[in-house]
Amino acid sequence: MSLRSADGGAASGQTAGETAGRAPERRPEARKRKNFLGRQPLGLLFSAPYVIYVLAVLAFPLGYAVYISFHDYFFTAPRVKVDRPFVGLDNYITVLTDPAVQRSFANIGVFLVINVPLTVGLSLVLANALNRVTKLRTFFRVSYYVPYVTASVAVVGVWLFLFQQNGLVNELLGPLAPNPSWLVNSWLAMPTVALYVTWKQLGFFILLYLAALQNIPDELYESASVDGGSKWVQFWNITVPGVRSASVLVTLLATITGANLFTEPYLLTGGGGPDGASTSPVFLMYQKGILQGNPDLAAALGVVLVIGVLLIALIQKRLVGGKED
Amino acid sequence: MKRFSTATRVLSVAALTIMGAGLAGCGGGGGAGGSTAESATTAKGPIKIWYSNNEFEVKWGKAMVESWNAAHPDEKIDAQEIPAGKSSEEVIGAAITAGNAPCLVFNTAPVAVPQFQKQGGLVALDSFPDGAQYIKERTGDLADQYKSTDGKMYQLPWKSNPVVLYYNKDIFTQAGLDAENPKLGTQAEFVETARALVKSGATANAVWPSPASDFFQSWFDFYPFYAANSQGAPLLKDGKATFDSEEGKQVAAMFETLYQENLASKEVFQGDAFGEGKSAMSLAGPWAIAAYKDKINWGAVPVPGSEAQSDGSTFSDAKNVAMYSACENQGTAWEVMKFATSKEQDGKLLADTGQMPMRQDLPATYADYFATNPLYTQFAEQAGRTVEVPNVPNSVEIWQTFRTAYAKSVIFGNESVDAAFTGAAEKVNQLAAQK
Repeated sequence: MSLRSADGGAASGQTAGETAGRAPERRPEARKRKNFLGRQPLGLLFSAPYVIYVLAVLAFPLGYAVYISFHDYFFTAPRVKVDRPFVGLDNYITVLTDPAVQRSFANIGVFLVINVPLTVGLSLVLANALNRVTKLRTFFRVSYYVPYVTASVAVVGVWLFLFQQNGLVNELLGPLAPNPSWLVNSWLAMPTVALYVTWKQLGFFILLYLAALQNIPDELYESASVDGGSKWVQFWNITVPGVRSASVLVTLLATITGANLFTEPYLLTGGGGPDGASTSPVFLMYQKGILQGNPDLAAALGVVLVIGVLLIALIQKRLVGGKED
Repeated sequence: MKRFSTATRVLSVAALTIMGAGLAGCGGGGGAGGSTAESATTAKGPIKIWYSNNEFEVKWGKAMVESWNAAHPDEKIDAQEIPAGKSSEEVIGAAITAGNAPCLVFNTAPVAVPQFQKQGGLVALDSFPDGAQYIKERTGDLADQYKSTDGKMYQLPWKSNPVVLYYNKDIFTQAGLDAENPKLGTQAEFVETARALVKSGATANAVWPSPASDFFQSWFDFYPFYAANSQGAPLLKDGKATFDSEEGKQVAAMFETLYQENLASKEVFQGDAFGEGKSAMSLAGPWAIAAYKDKINWGAVPVPGSEAQSDGSTFSDAKNVAMYSACENQGTAWEVMKFATSKEQDGKLLADTGQMPMRQDLPATYADYFATNPLYTQFAEQAGRTVEVPNVPNSVEIWQTFRTAYAKSVIFGNESVDAAFTGAAEKVNQLAAQK
């Protein structure tokens, strides 16, 4: 007889006396199993694929990167024996005292200061507008989304056409065109990259806000309208607080993707030009880790970047999220 | 305080164990395993090779493999193009680490060899009894440039693309310049011609070398001119930087003038500016002949030095063949290496790709080919006077250091050439001295 049928019998057909007599023997064992597997053991099975994925694809590489960052490390062929001594904070010191690294963090700071507020503001306003559009709604939504799903390599050509020395923007600006031009100007290269990234990713963030907007009850707007609240008052007092959770998400995602900037300066400004004005930390990680064979320095830089992004995200969550959570 | 459940704790311990095991596994330790070095170099059997994805080289590669396989049914070659990546070197480096590199790569960049060697990914070709002799007899003294700092040879010099100065005859004619005998004999004439071209309105850019920060971009602006200006000095000699010199600064000043006077663009061009008629001159090797054949009415002259010269040097832009340590049948791989670089196969490579096999006395060896393809003759003559990237530790980082200093001073004018070159030379010397 299987354990299951025995249990079933106990639950359905056995007398109270029998149950009472056997229960004390089984209870500690069952409790032990219950404690070990939790209240819903099946949940472990369902969550296992994702847990394994997180461990294999995120936790392990991150842990390994931390390990590499504290050692004199380079990649070797299997079976090649080399010393990889523990070097303490040496890699961190080398990286943090490198002027190119310092500049890349300053560059990414400029990028985030421009990109994140612009992304949050524009996507909220445009999502609000799209939410009210009744005609051509799908057309507009798709139009905003197309740049997001198009490969950067393809879209970059359009921006080069717009922002090069003889590009459309300078043609329109005439004598007001900057000299040196946008992408080779130390002051304008990073802001131009930030604008490009804002435009390219706007569609995704608009979708997030559109979803959040559906959760705001119409009654709130009707009440505000009855009370004489203008559109601006409605937007500021109902819409903005109503999508706060989406704002937190958009801010965090824009910050994280912005801090990991690589493709755009690689393609738009020839690998962080002019003279390093649009170099990003991730681009330097690629240079040091992959091209130059210094994964220890690249890992140290990566760890610093992760910590930096986590700190910024924490501050943003406190500022934007308010007391929501 | 939130308490973790037993399951969470067990899972955490399991995760840490997995990570620990992974770290130990990736630690690079472990016994040697497998065969000894001696038996590996004599082992025969099937091998894998990679070649470039350039359509002309693919054609040559397929024919070479077919020819070998027909004659060696027990030692067949399994060939494929180098897997796609940002660069071939990244892909090869990853394959070395993963232990699945092929036996041979027919497109190994000399600049990457020191790094591959450090990774333990290459087989010294001197370990074959006839290795050193074969290379010396085929390539002559030029082969010495490819010797590593430990005195061994980890690459077989295969083919070069001697860089020359291409010019667009139509743009020259439009600018009122003599397109058949252009004034490009010296660097001063080069600058004067550039001024005339832009001033005439025939082109907005006399020349458009990429201003990008990639470490290899200097091979196609500064380095060929520097080689021409210095009787073929490499970037480093005896472990010391040579570019912080009169010759180096002269070339830097020339390019500085081009950028300051807007004769060369500081912007990135997506594509080949010369091939699309956006610039009047360009530095490239013989591979470009096939590419420009139906697009540009071109001419080519040797890269000018500061003085007129008939025997100036240039950058080789060579790609070599290397054997990778993951190869089990190294005996076969070595035989394939020799077969693929034999006189017959080199002739086929020349005919299919227009690139110059690194052989002694190339013009005489393939006299018939050059008689029927005179456009290639100047490249064959130039092939004997080429300079390679120095084979030193931290080669890529050294070139990146130079490129950064060059971009900062010459292209964008944010520092004086003197200060930038002196600073770069100090750092380069330190990098070259490291193991």
